Amino acid sequence: MKKFRPKLPGFLTGMKILLFNMIKTLSPLSPNPNVNYPFEKEIVAPRARGVIALDQDACTSCMLCARQCPDWCIYIEGHKELQPPAKPGGRQRSRAVLDRFDIDYALCMYCGICVEVCPFDALFWTPEYEYSEYNMGDMLHDKNRLDQWLNTVPEVEGLEN
Amino acid sequence: MIDISQVMVTAGIVLAFALNGAVIFTILDVKGASWMQRRPGPLHVGLRGFIFPLAEIIKFFQKEDITPTNVDSAVFKWAPAYVLASVFGLFVVVPISPTLVGSDLDLGVFYLLAISSLSTLGVLTAGWSSANKYSLMGGIRAAGQLIAYELPLILAVVGVVIQAETMSLVGIVEKQIEFGLPFVLSGQGLAFLIFMIAATAEMMRVPFDMPIGESELVSGFLTEYSGVRFLIFYIAEYMNMFILCAVASTLFLGGYHVPLLPVEWVNFYGPVVLITKTVFLGFILVLVRWSFPRFREDQLQNLAWKVLIPLALLNILITSIMKVVF
Amino acid sequence: MWRACQKMDQREAVKMDDILNAGNIPYVSEASVSVEIETEDMTLNIGPQHPSTHGVLRLVAKVDGEKISSVEPVLGYMHRGYEKLAEVRTYPQITTLVNRIDWVSGFANEIPFIAATEKLMEIEAPERAKHIRLILTEMARIASHFVFNGAYALEIGALTPIFLAMEDRERILDLIESVTGGRFHPNFNRIGGIKPAAGAGPTTKKNIQDLPAGFYQETRDAMEKVLDAVERMEDLVGGNEVFKVRTKGVGIISKELAEEYGVSGPILRASGVKFDLRTQTDFLPYDQFEYEIPVGENGDCYDRWYVRLMEMKESAKIILQAIDSMPSGPLQTKVPKVIKVPKGQSYVRTENPKGEMGFYVISEGGLGPYRLKIRTPSFSNISILPVLLEDQLLPDLIAIMGSLDFVLGDVDR
Repeated sequence: MKKFRPKLPGFLTGMKILLFNMIKTLSPLSPNPNVNYPFEKEIVAPRARGVIALDQDACTSCMLCARQCPDWCIYIEGHKELQPPAKPGGRQRSRAVLDRFDIDYALCMYCGICVEVCPFDALFWTPEYEYSEYNMGDMLHDKNRLDQWLNTVPEVEGLEN
Repeated sequence: MIDISQVMVTAGIVLAFALNGAVIFTILDVKGASWMQRRPGPLHVGLRGFIFPLAEIIKFFQKEDITPTNVDSAVFKWAPAYVLASVFGLFVVVPISPTLVGSDLDLGVFYLLAISSLSTLGVLTAGWSSANKYSLMGGIRAAGQLIAYELPLILAVVGVVIQAETMSLVGIVEKQIEFGLPFVLSGQGLAFLIFMIAATAEMMRVPFDMPIGESELVSGFLTEYSGVRFLIFYIAEYMNMFILCAVASTLFLGGYHVPLLPVEWVNFYGPVVLITKTVFLGFILVLVRWSFPRFREDQLQNLAWKVLIPLALLNILITSIMKVVF
Repeated sequence: MWRACQKMDQREAVKMDDILNAGNIPYVSEASVSVEIETEDMTLNIGPQHPSTHGVLRLVAKVDGEKISSVEPVLGYMHRGYEKLAEVRTYPQITTLVNRIDWVSGFANEIPFIAATEKLMEIEAPERAKHIRLILTEMARIASHFVFNGAYALEIGALTPIFLAMEDRERILDLIESVTGGRFHPNFNRIGGIKPAAGAGPTTKKNIQDLPAGFYQETRDAMEKVLDAVERMEDLVGGNEVFKVRTKGVGIISKELAEEYGVSGPILRASGVKFDLRTQTDFLPYDQFEYEIPVGENGDCYDRWYVRLMEMKESAKIILQAIDSMPSGPLQTKVPKVIKVPKGQSYVRTENPKGEMGFYVISEGGLGPYRLKIRTPSFSNISILPVLLEDQLLPDLIAIMGSLDFVLGDVDR
């Protein structure tokens, strides 16, 4: 014979769930799912797309990133400088020097196409997200600011096998 | 001869009591809700967030007084006053101890039920006079709901009055002390349930908040109110909640009396006991509010007319039979 | 906000008399009650800004008291011009844009587009890439249905489940972020597979964007919590008598009506038609896993809610099976650096969480498509509204609209 297990009517079960939720929130034993934001920071995954960092020395202003950006938010200007030849009597080499490399984060879609197509390892993603400004014009990060983000690029993490 | 100074003092004490009750219930509602939803609630305002009602009151005072152009000015401006007046009137008769009561009318219960019906007028005129279709719909729904739920409220209390043989609230508590058991356990359990459901509907709280209907009518009849006028409605709602829970604990749970404590000090522990019972009932109302969806208007009316009124009449029948037999 | 609606009403010349004469307001005239009182329906603008229209949908409703006589949806408030934008973008750029059509389920929008393009190029993604795509699509489905469950309860009036649903959804979004880098807009699909490496330079090429360490264990924990959350939601919301009374028997869509109007997805399945595009696609390896397809009986709002709840459970089961049987291999087949798709046309449709989503790609051999047509599920789903909402009460309108689960980005593109 099937054991008769009396079930609470629906709304009482709901009230019981909420009561237990309240006890869980008040008890110091269960983990707090909330992050008290300005005082505690959220820990994001290392791969999270926060902001793009630029390694100036690696960039050759090939313009691939500026061309592939769907929003055209990267502004690059550069010029060529003549360098002394490698061997005496050889041809003069030229080197591209970057004048201006701005990323406008007010337009940026955080898609990552620029980081992916760069053939010279000049752009990196970092998970930094606290760069809001009061003024829309300040959202255009110039060369030096993008350089500073390089400190926050995380280490390459291990993979699942 | 009416002593004006004594009236003013009593009125002042009652006002303070009412505001404190509203503040306690606001904290219970908002903080309780946040704990049930696994979040801390208002945290940075004061000591762990518990003085946020004060911050809200100050916030509402400094808001602009917006009166839309097409409204019926006089009616619009006086509607909050009706609601507030009717809620204040309820605080006068509830006893916090056998001698500490605003005024112990012989017709206590009758007075309570009559005064609480006045708020219907305030709500209906608030909805009608805001020149806004959504407010109008909210106001009309409110009128239907409030009038429909008056009857179960009254009929539930009639059972208590029959059992207690008196309409004065102090008398009802004395009768419960005489019986030994509060009325909820000695024959009025069904009436207690009906009273709580009807009271929730009178306060227009979820599950009966169709007139406010947040996700449909964006505040219903309250939409056009801002600033101090909204504050008056808001505080009146919580005062109403407090006083109806206090009335329920007086009528059904034994009021200011607790069985084992000595009777000489009832003036000291009476208020504490009454407020504890009120907060307990209020907590149950808060739990119900945050776990139930809202009824549709016609289901609401069905519940009132087809379910609650017959049950209340049945309760009266049984109570009178028991009274005659025993 | 309401001032704008008021101005719209004034332009439609509704005076106070109209309101007085509408519907069931007790207006006792001087003449006796036997005289016919002329009433006129009130035009109510359930306007573009409203708490429960999931976006900027405008419904012009003619209301008689609380009963609705007719409803006309007015669309276009969120038109962003996807199809025009796609004409001047290349394929990788369009993959980025397409995420944002149905912003609640990010990954599932890229899949039909990539499928259509791969069909034109006649290449196939490696097995590991297909499995990872499947896992991410099912996670997107769970995320989308969490939003639905929370928001639907909010519209019916229960104010708590949305908080609990969002908390559970955060775990899924964190998982998606740890793999792809983005929570809502992953942009993880590439033509020929998924994103292989972090960049194209000598060191970034070695930074393979495969599943990060600890993913399997975290996913297993998260899926268990999803199953717990489904049970809790069933008790808290579905078991509640008031919820049942509000949604059972409301807004019944019969089988014939559903098939006539082209609704798809959970709505179709709740009306009794066992049609799921996941069984018919060979693009993702659904045939390797065991799962059930929940089907409803009556086609009312409760069934639609319940079908989506059960789908979450099935998705969690699929993900657990997929993790256990993950093949190894490369993440993307060899494609040239600059992708040029040969001439042709292709149409692929897959099962978005909201219904059936299809992309029709016409390519003339260039860097981007010549024309891209998007068939979105929500657009066809809300075409049923004028028929379904006749003679319903106003609160039922909210309940029915919520149960159709549409997103304005999907409707207007």
